[in-house]
Amino acid sequence: MELLYSSSVGLLVACGVFLILRARTFPVVLGLTMLSYAVNLMLFASGRLSLNQAVVLGTREAYADPLPQALVLTAIVIGFAMTAFVVILAIRARADLGNDHVNGIVPTPKPTKKGRKS
Amino acid sequence: MFEHLVALPVLLPMLAGIVMLMPPCGKNVRVRRIVSVLMSGAITLICGLLFFTVSNDSPIVYAVGNWQAPFGIVLVADPLASLLTTLTSFLAFICALYSVSGDDEKGSFFHPLLHFLVLGVNGAFLTGDAFNLFVFFEVLLIASYSLLMHNADKHTTRAALQYVIMNLVGSAVFLIALGIMYGVTGTLNMADMAVKVGQLTGDDVYLAKIGGLLLLVVFALKAALLPLHLWLPSTYASATPVVGAMFAIMTKVGVYSMMRVYTLIFGEHAGELSHMAQSWLWGLAIITIVVGALGVLASQDLRRMSANLVIVSVGTLVALVAVQTEEATSAAIYYMVHSTIVSAALFLLADLISRQRGKVLDRITAGRGVNQEKVLGLAFLFAALTVVGMPPFSGFVSKLWLLNATFEANHALVFWPVYLLASFAVLVALSRAGATVFWKRTVKEQCNSTIENATSKQVIAVWLLILVSPLLVIFAGMATEVSIDAAKWLHNYDAMTNLVLKGAN
Repeated sequence: MELLYSSSVGLLVACGVFLILRARTFPVVLGLTMLSYAVNLMLFASGRLSLNQAVVLGTREAYADPLPQALVLTAIVIGFAMTAFVVILAIRARADLGNDHVNGIVPTPKPTKKGRKS
Repeated sequence: MFEHLVALPVLLPMLAGIVMLMPPCGKNVRVRRIVSVLMSGAITLICGLLFFTVSNDSPIVYAVGNWQAPFGIVLVADPLASLLTTLTSFLAFICALYSVSGDDEKGSFFHPLLHFLVLGVNGAFLTGDAFNLFVFFEVLLIASYSLLMHNADKHTTRAALQYVIMNLVGSAVFLIALGIMYGVTGTLNMADMAVKVGQLTGDDVYLAKIGGLLLLVVFALKAALLPLHLWLPSTYASATPVVGAMFAIMTKVGVYSMMRVYTLIFGEHAGELSHMAQSWLWGLAIITIVVGALGVLASQDLRRMSANLVIVSVGTLVALVAVQTEEATSAAIYYMVHSTIVSAALFLLADLISRQRGKVLDRITAGRGVNQEKVLGLAFLFAALTVVGMPPFSGFVSKLWLLNATFEANHALVFWPVYLLASFAVLVALSRAGATVFWKRTVKEQCNSTIENATSKQVIAVWLLILVSPLLVIFAGMATEVSIDAAKWLHNYDAMTNLVLKGAN
C-alpha cells in the first residue's frame, strides 16, 4: 500500500511540475491543481497510513491520527479559493494581454540552422 | 487582563475589514475612509500597548480557545513579534491615510483588503504554530493578490499572474514541508517542534533536514531571496504605489519566519541539525545584495529602484540572520524597522513625484520639474540619506551596528566589501536619480494648472514615514535596547520552550 500511495503522489507531483513548466495559463492551472492533490495526499500520509481505524480516541485500541485529516481539510479549502482566483486572473490576463502565455508574450521559436540557410 | 490583548492585533483588523464591507461604510465613501483611518490608528495604538506590556514584562502566550500547547494553537507575543505587529499596523495607518486622497476609489474594496492584509501579516508574526503560520500566509497572500490588482493595467495583470502562480507553488511546497515535519516530529507547535527536533535519531534526522530546507525554499520565496527574487521588482513596481508601500512589510514576513525557524527550531539545540541552513542563507544573502545593488543601478524609474532597494535590504537582513549571534539579530531587528519604513516612504514619494511630472512620470530622465519642489525634494533627500546610511539618520546607526555585529562574528571579510560596495552603488544611483528628477529640465514650461498639488494628507503621510528615521536616531538608546531585548528572547531557547509548553509539562 505504501509503495502504491507514494508512487501515485510522486506521479502527481511530476505531472504537476511538468504542466506548470508549460507556461500557458490553462496547463499551469491544471498543474497547480494536480500539485495540490499531491500535497493533500502527502499531508494525509504524514499521520501514517492505516486501514479501518477510527479517528476517535477510546473507541479502539489502535486509532488513526485525526490531525492530518483536519490539515488536509484546511488545505483543500484554501486550495479551492486560490484556484478560483487564479482562473479568474488567467481569464483577465487573456483579455488584457491578448494571449495565454504567463509572460504575456508568446515566445517565437528560434530559427533552426536549416531555416536560416534557406 | 492583558492576556487577551494578544488576540486583538489579529481580531481587530478582521473586525475592521468586515465593518467596512457593511453599511454604512460599504455605501458611503466618506464614512468608509474615516472608519478605515480611525480603525488602523486604533490598531496601531493597541499593538503599541501590547508591545509596551510585553517588553516591560515577559512574553505572553495566549492559548486560543484555551486549548493548551502543544495540542492547541497558541499565539506567542514576544517583543519581536509585537514590535513587528506595531510596525505593520503603523504602515497600514499611513497607507490608509495616503489613499484617502483618491487612490482607494480607483478599484473596489481597497480599505477592507488593506485590513485583511494586516490581519494576515499580524497573525503570521504572532502565531506559535507552524500550520497556523501557513494559514496566515494564505490570508495575507489572498489579500495581497487582490490589492495588487487594484487599479490594474496590462503590466500589473502580467506581474500579478506570475506572482500568484509563484506563490501557489510556494504554498504547495510549504505544505509538503509541514507534512514532513509533522510526520517526523508529531507536532506542529514551533516550540514543541524545537524540542522534538533535538531528540531525533536515525533516518528521521534526514527527513527533518529535508523538511527544514523545503521551508527555507518557501521563506526565501516570500522574502525574495536570490534565485526566487524575480517576481519582486515587476510586482512591486507595477502595483499601485500605496499598495507597493504596504507590500514593504511582506518580504519581512519571510525574513521573520526564517529567524523563527532557523533560530528556534533549527538553532543551537537541534543536535545534528543545528544551524543547518546557515551556509545556504549566508551565500544566497551575499549574492542577493550584489544583484539588488546592480538592479538599483540599472533601474529606469523610481518605483523599480525602490523595489530593487527592497531586495538589497532583504539580502542584508538574511545575511544577519545567517550570522545567528544575538548581536547580529539585534542589528537585524533595528535594520528591519528602519528599512521597512524608508522603503515604504520611497514608494509613496515616487508616486507623488510621478503625478507632478506629466508624461515622464517617475522615469529617471530630464523632464518637467515637480510643482512642490521644497516639500518633495527635501523628503526625497532625507529618504535617500536614510537609505544610504548618512549620519543624521537611522540608516547610519543601523549600518554601523550591523557592520560591528558581523565584525565580531568574524564574517567581516566577505560581508564588509560586498555591503559597503552595495551601499556605494545605492548612493550613486540615488544621487543620480535625485539630481535628474529634480534639477534636470529640458522643457521650460510653466507649471500649468492641470497638475494638482499633493494633498495635505499625502504629504503628512510621507513626512510621518520620513520623520521616523530621525526619531529612531534621537531615541537610539531606547530603540537599540528594544532590539537587544527582542533578540535576547528570540535566542532564549529554554525560556521560550518553557513558556509555551508550561501547560504540557
